[in-house]
Amino acid sequence: MAASLQSVNPTLSRNLSSPNNSSSFAPFRSPFLRFNSTTVASDFKPLVSFRNASSSSPFVTRSAAEPQERKTFHGLCYVVGDNIDTDQIIPAEFLTLVPSNPDEYEKLGSHALVGLPAAYKERFVQPGEMKTKYSIIIGGENFGCGSSREHAPVCLGAAGAKAVVAQSYARIFFRNSVATGEIYPLDSEVRVCDECKTGDVATIELREGDSILINHTTGKEYKLKAIGDAGPVIDAGGIFAYARKAGMIPSAAP
Amino acid sequence: MASSVISSSPFVCKSSKKDLGFSSFTKSSQISIHRCQKKSISRKIVSVMAPQKDRSPGTTGSVKTGMTMTEKILARAAEKSLVVPGDNIWVNVDVLMTHDVCGPGAFGIFKREFGEKAKVWDPEKIVVIPDHYIFTADKRANRNVDIMREHCKEQNIKYFYDITDLGNFKANPDYKGVCHVALAQEGHCRPGEVLLGTDSHTCTAGAFGQFATGIGNTDAGFVLGTGKILLKVPPTMRFILDGEMPSYLQAKDLILQIIGEISVAGATYKTMEFSGTCIESLSMEERMTLCNMVVEAGGKNGVIPPDATTLNYVENRTSVPFEPVYSDGNASFVAEYRFDVSKLEPVVAKPHSPDNRALARECKDVKIDRVYIGSCTGGKTEDFMAAAKLFHAAGKKVKVPTFLVPATQKVWMDVYALPVPGSGGKTCAQIFEEAGCDTPASPSCGACLGGPADTYARLNEPQVCVSTTNRNFPGRMGHKEGQIYLASPYTAAASALTGRVTDPREFLQ
Repeated sequence: MAASLQSVNPTLSRNLSSPNNSSSFAPFRSPFLRFNSTTVASDFKPLVSFRNASSSSPFVTRSAAEPQERKTFHGLCYVVGDNIDTDQIIPAEFLTLVPSNPDEYEKLGSHALVGLPAAYKERFVQPGEMKTKYSIIIGGENFGCGSSREHAPVCLGAAGAKAVVAQSYARIFFRNSVATGEIYPLDSEVRVCDECKTGDVATIELREGDSILINHTTGKEYKLKAIGDAGPVIDAGGIFAYARKAGMIPSAAP
Repeated sequence: MASSVISSSPFVCKSSKKDLGFSSFTKSSQISIHRCQKKSISRKIVSVMAPQKDRSPGTTGSVKTGMTMTEKILARAAEKSLVVPGDNIWVNVDVLMTHDVCGPGAFGIFKREFGEKAKVWDPEKIVVIPDHYIFTADKRANRNVDIMREHCKEQNIKYFYDITDLGNFKANPDYKGVCHVALAQEGHCRPGEVLLGTDSHTCTAGAFGQFATGIGNTDAGFVLGTGKILLKVPPTMRFILDGEMPSYLQAKDLILQIIGEISVAGATYKTMEFSGTCIESLSMEERMTLCNMVVEAGGKNGVIPPDATTLNYVENRTSVPFEPVYSDGNASFVAEYRFDVSKLEPVVAKPHSPDNRALARECKDVKIDRVYIGSCTGGKTEDFMAAAKLFHAAGKKVKVPTFLVPATQKVWMDVYALPVPGSGGKTCAQIFEEAGCDTPASPSCGACLGGPADTYARLNEPQVCVSTTNRNFPGRMGHKEGQIYLASPYTAAASALTGRVTDPREFLQ
């Protein structure tokens, strides 16, 4: 694989032969990671718990030998309807903010879902705040449709949301969520958005086979569909980590 | 295995059995009950299963599995002899496009993952086209163009359509404008290739018989370093459009018709392949309009088989060799829709969804506040020619502010230089001026997506706008309570003349 890439990109051979300071299987370290193992999110409910506490991201890479982690998200739900397009998630006027710039990444978070119409009286991020109090977004059909702007999953993650549970997704948004690792996109089997209300307390448990969403406020449980082909990419920690794992690209740059 | 889906809207009812696709069934197939309700427009879709098409053995004696155009393009790009829908494959990229909004982010990721000193996989296969937020005082927007300039200098990127003088777009010899139109005009669209762009309307290039789709910054950062991308092969939905195109109908009407039929998620994760006698009669710009809005149906990509029209356009603009591919006769399609175009009428998409289809003539009581003609969807040379043709035929003045934003420098020049057929030698610009339209503005994406607050023609109040653009979700052009009716250039021009949503036949027949 590496050899074929060298023929594609001669400059890559320089990276391949130069020594690097990490193992051949480096963890995916996104500069957007909001917390490390020593910090605890302050005013929010505990958001993510791992068995392996040394990881600092839900999407940390691990060697093939380690067992699948059980991932849990817990917090308040924010419920939206069908066809929430990326203009509503992050209006175009905020696209001058560059997501790979840490300051602007934070600013993007403060504008998350600001494009929702006034009918949404309860706002996702309170005016004047930088973060959301909602960890879980519940959507209907075709969540994230419209523009391909990666700012959409990024702003949701930057705001502090951990997962979206929707009936279905638009493909570019889903792909961007997986590639960035910013927010975990999950499919429900039924119209969860009709049975949950903004402010409900919920837990998502991801397990091999049967993942579920538990709404503690209503007492109902919902099965979530397996993540499918995106699973290996998410589990690896995003497209770069996946490609490194597959030997498609060399280890992380020094 | 193909399944044919028959829509029971009136125009399909009136067409012959052949138009309904019955000719593609053998006697042994099941034929569903075709509901034809003349009184009310039923949106019910009835699904019919067509039998597996016979496979003829190849000359080597082995059974050859037919592939669709998209499958063939991806197979070749992945250096495989065969792919089927659902396969996850690593694909070689021929062209990567980015612009001022996503370029800085994509390069930021590229550097973070491949190293500050990393070089792009091929500086001649990347096309950087500033187009989104150009003519604005917004400092961050201006900075983003500067950032792209730095990256392009450092990486020696061959195609960077730069702009430095924001006060006079004509003073920038390299500046083009709207990326999807510029890609075509500059010869970057070639049959059989794989084109990716950090913009959802990259699917526009499918008009050239290539695989073209939008990706995010992270995927783009990956492609920048490797020239490859991980893709899942999509199944193909076939749209066969036959019949003679009425003089008052445009490609925009066709795609709005289709999106209204299958909904904004009707083509999610799928290819939309367009063929038929009507498609063959369309110009390249009309084909681009058609493929442009594939993403509005959720489609992964759109394709049109290349023909003489395609080759003529492409060969005049590029010397890079290319090899077109075509769907095999025994390829499998996941759905098939047939339309008799001669029976279609001008349509609009009402607020707030591109699939909220209605006949233009049924919206004639909707009072409007403004008209916007521009964008990759409806701001090309032929779009302006069409609007000018209607204005000239009407001989009247517009009743509402009518904003014109040519997509590229070239389009702007055409608007001022090309004579409009049947007008006695007048240019579009002259006709627009006589009709009382606003002066054609500096070419860019403009207000299609709202943009910074000072963007020309941005919807800053809750007004009703008829627009030749591609999306009308809440807040798309600026104000959250703005009401956007998506329409063809003919319909937009007709609406400008009456101050209401208007069927162009009021002026064109």
